[in-house]
Amino acid sequence: MNGYIALSTTDLALGSLLVLANALLSLVLHLGVHRRLLVAAVRMVVQLSLMGLVLATLFSHVSPLWTVLAALVMVGFAGREATARQDRPLAGWWSLGLGTACMTMAASLVTVFALTTALRPDPWYDPRYAIPLLGMILGNTMTGVSLGLNSLTNGVALRRSAVEARLMLGAVRLDALGPVIRESLRSAMMPIINSMAATGVVSLPGMMTGQILGGVAPMEAVKYQILIMFLIAGGTGLGAVGAVMGGVFRLTDSRHRLRLDRLASTGKT
Amino acid sequence: MAVRGPSGAGKSLLLRAIVDLDPNKGEVSLDGTSREAMSGPAWRRLVGYLPAEPGWWGDRVGEHFTDWAAARPLIARLGLPDDARDWPLTRPSTGERIRLALIRALAAHPKVLLLDEPTAALDAASVAAVETLIAERVEDGLAVLWVTHDAAQGERVARRFLKVEAGRVSEDGK
Repeated sequence: MNGYIALSTTDLALGSLLVLANALLSLVLHLGVHRRLLVAAVRMVVQLSLMGLVLATLFSHVSPLWTVLAALVMVGFAGREATARQDRPLAGWWSLGLGTACMTMAASLVTVFALTTALRPDPWYDPRYAIPLLGMILGNTMTGVSLGLNSLTNGVALRRSAVEARLMLGAVRLDALGPVIRESLRSAMMPIINSMAATGVVSLPGMMTGQILGGVAPMEAVKYQILIMFLIAGGTGLGAVGAVMGGVFRLTDSRHRLRLDRLASTGKT
Repeated sequence: MAVRGPSGAGKSLLLRAIVDLDPNKGEVSLDGTSREAMSGPAWRRLVGYLPAEPGWWGDRVGEHFTDWAAARPLIARLGLPDDARDWPLTRPSTGERIRLALIRALAAHPKVLLLDEPTAALDAASVAAVETLIAERVEDGLAVLWVTHDAAQGERVARRFLKVEAGRVSEDGK
């Protein structure tokens, strides 16, 4: 390690003063978010510390079993998070199942692709590479999948008469739902497109900044970041296409009928 | 054939079931061919449906017609201007929308047409134009199931009558 400054607990405590200042601001201005702000900050500290412990343990025993187990837990949380973001979730297990399945498929495919082609650590499942990589890809794929599904279910519910008008004229389901599908995929891809366009000009990505702070030469950190961006774009696209097309087939049937009865009735109408 | 019955009795649901837009039980066949023998879209190309509130998917009226030139004679007959093609969809009134959707449904050359109160929002002249147009198509072999609240209209357009009451369908004499 060349030239990286270790942080002490006192340093962190100093940083936390900023969050406390925000909470104070919320109290003074009656924003009503101080409680949630503090809970979120505490959660962040606890979750990250646990992650640090888990990673330290994982790194000391390079085992495919433990790596996969950690990956599964991450995927499970991502699935729950994506499901919670839906305005009109699919009924039953489909809501959780579809999102989680697509994220797992896309994120693990892209992660394994990167590990076996570009990065090639030895062994390829070395958790020091696999877990952070999966985390970054999964986080972004989750955003894409949940945006895509949300836009699809809202789209079919709000534009039901337009979709059915085409079905009535004998259109097949993919044609009748075409505009909704395209819009859903666009909204799923928009965050990664925007972030690729703004990266380096407006924002410096966290991973690259972290590597530079850790003493890596800027050009090396940049190359890593470029690869990560490509992987995220790939994962988001794959996951979103899977989730949106899965949703389309769930919300229609083999007689090419629109089946809004398969949306959870607890959602908005 | 006219379909009569109080509001909320299930007339529109009956039409939606026939055209196979909602899951439903029941055997429906056309000229001896069962509905299940063909795909949903193929069935709906044979059995047209004009709901009480037709849906629109594009921004302009013209986008909803595959062949505007072919639809032109009907557009003129139902008292709509030719430049309606370029209208944004916010412009046509409820009555104009119904007439446009009727032309859209007829342009697909269905063998059966299900009409859900097509003249409820029309003025007397347009009602007459729609009734004459449908009567001509019936002469040419189109079968029509016409939901109407207007008893006199039922007598004018139909030879057979169905009554829908509280979700039950029965053939009505007269």
